[in-house]
Amino acid sequence: MPVYDQRTITTFATRTMAQNPIIQIIDLHTRYGGKEILKGITLDLYANETFVILGRSGCGKSTLLRHLVGLETPTAGHILIKGVDMASAAEAERNRVLRKVGMLFQGAALFNSMTVAENVGLPLQEHTPLEPSTVKIMTRLKLDLVGLSGYDDFMPAQLSGGMKKRAALARALAMDPDILFCDEPSAGLDPIVAAGIDHLILKLHKAFKMTIVVVTHELASVFLIADRVALLHEGSVVFCGTLAELKRSEHPYVRQFLERRPDEQVPDSETYLKSLVG
Amino acid sequence: MRPWAEIAGGLGRGFFTLIGGLGRMGRFTQATLRSMLIEPWRGRTLRWGAAFEQMVLIGVASLPIVVTISFIVGLIIAMQSAYQLQRFGAVIFVADLVAVSVTRELAPLMTAILVAGRSGSAIAAEIGSMKVAEELDALNAMALHPIRFLVVPRTLAMMIVLPCLTVIADLLGIFGGLVLGVVSLDISWIAYFNQTADALLLKDFVSGLIKSFFFAVIIALVGAFEGFHVAGGAEGVGKATTTAVVRSIFLIILADMVFTALFYSTF
Ligand SMILES: Nc1ncnc2c1ncn2[C@@H]1O[C@H](COP(=O)(O)OP(=O)(O)OP(=O)(O)O)[C@@H](O)[C@H]1O
Ligand SMILES: [Mg+2]
Repeated sequence: MPVYDQRTITTFATRTMAQNPIIQIIDLHTRYGGKEILKGITLDLYANETFVILGRSGCGKSTLLRHLVGLETPTAGHILIKGVDMASAAEAERNRVLRKVGMLFQGAALFNSMTVAENVGLPLQEHTPLEPSTVKIMTRLKLDLVGLSGYDDFMPAQLSGGMKKRAALARALAMDPDILFCDEPSAGLDPIVAAGIDHLILKLHKAFKMTIVVVTHELASVFLIADRVALLHEGSVVFCGTLAELKRSEHPYVRQFLERRPDEQVPDSETYLKSLVG
Repeated sequence: MRPWAEIAGGLGRGFFTLIGGLGRMGRFTQATLRSMLIEPWRGRTLRWGAAFEQMVLIGVASLPIVVTISFIVGLIIAMQSAYQLQRFGAVIFVADLVAVSVTRELAPLMTAILVAGRSGSAIAAEIGSMKVAEELDALNAMALHPIRFLVVPRTLAMMIVLPCLTVIADLLGIFGGLVLGVVSLDISWIAYFNQTADALLLKDFVSGLIKSFFFAVIIALVGAFEGFHVAGGAEGVGKATTTAVVRSIFLIILADMVFTALFYSTF
């Protein structure tokens, strides 16, 4: 079994269970076409925790985040952020919540017709009465935070994949959100920059008391940043608990995931050929 | 038995797709008009800066082609009218025919069709590629309404630029007629000019502008709508641009018929 660097885990239960959850996901079901992607997800997330969502590729992690910011309407179930139902609330109500939510998309989703600085400054320019000069300073601050100082006037097309991710993170942080959703923030980054992102997340968590929800595959960063972890498998939550509980868990899928074991069933060649003919 | 069932099924599906499409287009139009006409009264400013940028883009992109085509159309109409009027020895009335047909019909229609091809497709391509790159989702997630943010400025810009381009097309079309009259029909330019001024009524000119105003709404909304409903990558964007042009030209001609009938029966 691999040995993970130990981090003292504050007893989560005493620290946050007393308060109401800031995000409630209640029996969330969703389907694309005939295929059910999420099959009844129920999770409570608390203010000022870093919550990591794990799961293999294609299991619906991005889909879950898209529901959290109200981009998709669930086929059944509810998502409440600060008590507001993201699927059915009036637009004004939802926007009030979203202004204090930052979202880093898996594909960065920068506005390709705008410079990096315009991308980061856009929410400030549209939602606040700040002067352009102030917006510029705040934009610089956010770009410094993600290590992109000096790239103000670059177009997204001129950035590398990892730089796009970081620029998008700066944009997600522009409005100083209470809640930050990150879809694979360090995928495709070199280990040094990825570690930088992890430390940035820790800093945001400690200094700004943000609630941070991260989707990631990097087990090393999970053990560094997470307060609690949920593991999705085939559209359901198979595990949800603190890091210590994750390490102790005997659930076979949790063990397989943590020990990075491949799926076992290797079909014999005859059935495989038959399945190809189909 | 089977083929008939399939044909009936296909027709039924086609019908429902059509109804569904019209419904979506209706809701889209409603949302845009709401953001454009109602929300400004509730303290949300329109994005005039963005609208101005779009005006420059649309105007600059389309001006050369509009100027050239409307001049040529003026020439053509003059020749076609002269061909018929010569038999009655009334070539001077070429000026009347050119002035009236250009201002009432041809300038607004040709300009709208050219701009639909030039800028309607560009709107569809731009918004479509934003959709594919999740940029529309990013706007939504930032509490910025894509319709207010993208569609309203483009619609406003189109509603201002298209009538302006139509006025230019009116002038160039009449100028085309004048050139033909002077060069090959031996009409002096003063006579042609006076004849035009006598023939042209304000209502001809105004009815053309009213049409072009509505054509502008069609071009912007159809382009944006097709962009918003792109599915499936770069190929989808390509399809959306073509569909946008075909649909907006179809709707422009349909609207043209309705307005022409209306103006014909009322003024
Ligand atoms: N727009 C869509 N239409 C149809 N199916 C979709 C759509 N978006 C996602 N899916 C399906 O939903 C499932 C989950 O996709 P999702 O992007 O949420 O996975 P993920 O867990 O984020 O994977 P990854 O780790 O690779 O990013 C996939 O099987 C995918 O095929
Ligand atoms: Mg994903």
